[in-house]
Amino acid sequence: MHGLTFDIAHMLAGSLVLVSFIELYQDRLSALLNTFALHAFVLAASVAWQAFVQDAPHLYITALIALVFKAIVIPVVLHRIVVQLGIHREIENVYGVGLAMLVGIGLVALSMVVMLRVTAEADPLAREDLAFALSVVLIGLLMMVTRRNAVSQVVGFMSLENGLVLAATGAKGMPLVVEISVAFSVLIAFIVIGIFLFRIRERFDTVDMQAMDKFRGEQR
Amino acid sequence: MITDALFGVLALVALAPLAITLSASSKAGSAIYGACLIATVALLTIALVALIGQQVASTVTLPFGLPWLGAHFRIDALSAFFMAVINLGGAAASLYALGYGRHEHAPQRILPFFPAYLAAMNLVVLADDAFSFLVSWEFMSLSSWALVIAHHRVAGNLRAGYIYLLMAGFGTLTLLLGFGLLAGPDGHYAFDAIRASHPSVALASLVLFLALIGAGSKAGLVPLHAWLPLAHPAAPSHVSGIMSGVMTKVAIYGFIRIAFDLLGPPQWWWSLAVLAVGGISAVMGVLYALMQSDLKRVLAYSTIENIGLIFASLGLALAFKAYGMSFAAALALTAALLHVFNHSLFKSLLFFGSGAVLHATGTRDMEQLGGLIHRMPKTAFVFLVGCAAISALPPLNGFVSEWLTFQAILVSPQLPSWGLKLMVPGVGALLALSAALAAACFVRVYGITFLGRPRSDAAHTAKETDAFSLAAMMALAALCLIAGIVPGLFIDALAPIVQTLTGGHMPVQIGTQWMSQWLSIVPIAESRSSYNGLLVFVFMGLTGMIAAFAIHRLASDKIRRGPAWGCGFAGTGPQTQYTASSFAQPIRRVFGTLVFRARETGDMPPPGSTAPARLTVQVHDLVWEALYAPVARAVGVIAERLNYLQFLTIRRYLTLVFAALIVLLMVLAIWP
Repeated sequence: MHGLTFDIAHMLAGSLVLVSFIELYQDRLSALLNTFALHAFVLAASVAWQAFVQDAPHLYITALIALVFKAIVIPVVLHRIVVQLGIHREIENVYGVGLAMLVGIGLVALSMVVMLRVTAEADPLAREDLAFALSVVLIGLLMMVTRRNAVSQVVGFMSLENGLVLAATGAKGMPLVVEISVAFSVLIAFIVIGIFLFRIRERFDTVDMQAMDKFRGEQR
Repeated sequence: MITDALFGVLALVALAPLAITLSASSKAGSAIYGACLIATVALLTIALVALIGQQVASTVTLPFGLPWLGAHFRIDALSAFFMAVINLGGAAASLYALGYGRHEHAPQRILPFFPAYLAAMNLVVLADDAFSFLVSWEFMSLSSWALVIAHHRVAGNLRAGYIYLLMAGFGTLTLLLGFGLLAGPDGHYAFDAIRASHPSVALASLVLFLALIGAGSKAGLVPLHAWLPLAHPAAPSHVSGIMSGVMTKVAIYGFIRIAFDLLGPPQWWWSLAVLAVGGISAVMGVLYALMQSDLKRVLAYSTIENIGLIFASLGLALAFKAYGMSFAAALALTAALLHVFNHSLFKSLLFFGSGAVLHATGTRDMEQLGGLIHRMPKTAFVFLVGCAAISALPPLNGFVSEWLTFQAILVSPQLPSWGLKLMVPGVGALLALSAALAAACFVRVYGITFLGRPRSDAAHTAKETDAFSLAAMMALAALCLIAGIVPGLFIDALAPIVQTLTGGHMPVQIGTQWMSQWLSIVPIAESRSSYNGLLVFVFMGLTGMIAAFAIHRLASDKIRRGPAWGCGFAGTGPQTQYTASSFAQPIRRVFGTLVFRARETGDMPPPGSTAPARLTVQVHDLVWEALYAPVARAVGVIAERLNYLQFLTIRRYLTLVFAALIVLLMVLAIWP
């Protein structure tokens, strides 16, 4: 576990963080969904590389799940939902892009500090991977906090989950059944959220969260 | 031995679901209480065999509970004694309930919980690891809570249940902390492992105080007693008898088990806190009792007084044990254990009697009672025995244990510590005061309830209670008398417990020459003091008979009935009698002004006015106002503030979660 293999694993995990940052400043929904597809694709590549490095064939299945569902099925379906809802041309005013990027950098630094301290005696590859994975999780959460649109919150949630998968594959000995169940729970969450999106839309004519707060009688 | 006991407990547990299935039937009450009676008598027999047979402790480990621990159960002399107390009280209550339970309006609210409650108390004393102990303890609290709110439509009962639940949870929490500290980071929860580990003095002291708070809140020590006078009277009377007579003893068991068994050698200054709390509880309990006019609430407050007395004896035993005075420690511990037994007898008896009165008249308010001795002569007789016993009158059992306590106090000048030398006589004075006030309290209870003339129609038309209830009360009254005239038997039975816990023992009371000693009990040495209950009993019996003979035969052999001389006033109503509050007035004026900020305001109308004169008495419960009310207010205010959090937007919730996560990670990052 050194030299080229280490560098490639590092590069893939680092790219995932980079794509997370790209997601942060996308203000068009379709662009955001494309970035998310890229995000999932990088994840699949990273997991496949881990499968090759660790000689763990079951990780290929995980990579395949990531590739098929997250990189293809979910973005395509979300695209269709966005088109059906008629919001594919909308520009979401992401306010404070610069601030969000700065906070994201801070989060990466924080996760590095935490992970490198906590896992002092762990395998170096796992350490770096875990630190990157934590950054991806935190940036996904940050995205959920800063976005208003329900669809982009879903994307934030999905990329958060990508971070979890990255962490899980980095750690050796993660049973396949856990990964599959995580993948399924995400799928179910996706279906539920998709249905909810349409229900919300039916009732309120928008998927903007701010509008819903208005309906709760809280003018902000 | 332990497996037999566990099978008995299992039978009791099995009765609970049976009671639910049977609840539609009208015979369910008799069936369940009858089965409870059989099971408790069987468990009592097992306990007595274990206690008197002086067998070695027998243990068993069952494969449930914590995965690495299992459930340990053990019966030794101490748990056998408390098991005997529990099941004697349980058997008496079951017998009583065979009659009393028939009058219940909704027996299905009581029947399933009654056997479960008995089983839970047995499990607490049998448990041999902290986990089983706490689970059984909480099982006991919850099942008794269900019994407290059985009559949930009666005003105040739900509040009583709520406060009880809060205090029980608080007590269990402190015990949990205590056991957690004892078990250490590796989780050695078995009592054997705790005994083998020698905790540092600081740790052991902390555990002792946690145990004092946890067990004391269950036993009803002032100032943790607030729930007791609310919850005990709220339950149906046979359950009140068990709660007051038996469950408080289970709490005392918990304290003895921790303080004398698990913690190892005691520190002398531990006893200061125990003595102080015990003495204050004794006096406060009886003063509270004197202010009440609710019959069952008086009895509940009197329980606090007796618990205070027992804790004072336990504090003495701790002090003596810390200084290696094993004979005196044995004396004090024997006094405490004997009072545990005695109090379980007469407090159950009195609660059963109050239940009989409650059923006959429909009220617990003493101001509405009176003259019941003519309507319920048998109940009145056994109630009198209970009152005399709890007032510590010889030749009954209450006197013996209180006398032993005072004998232990008289040894205290031999203690080397000046703090204790000064404190113990002070506590002794408090106990003496409480004993005198208790006598006044029960003169008041008996006089207002049973003597005089009826103060209401309900009291006028009261009927004697049923045979089962009377049988249970008479059995308890007989036991009070037996324990009073041959206390040596009971003291000798306690010897193995005292020997293991203090390393000393009292002189053997009923030895080979018991005939020549006339069954006297000797606390330390015959030259110092001795007491002979039998002699007192025979003397009182003989003098009583001679006096009766003299009056009836020599003074006049004819019974004449004539109008009572009315002191010149004609046609006075029953309102002119002493009332419960007027009887207590002198004591309220002497003590209540200070302790309860009692104020009396007289409102006399001007001459010529036809308005009635009024006397208004205001009594404050200072413990509640100073300790509980601020906590309740603070919780209310905080809840009001936090209510704001219920109405945030989704993004704000997400932001909160995010911020919390970031803060925790930061803490992790900069933690040294």
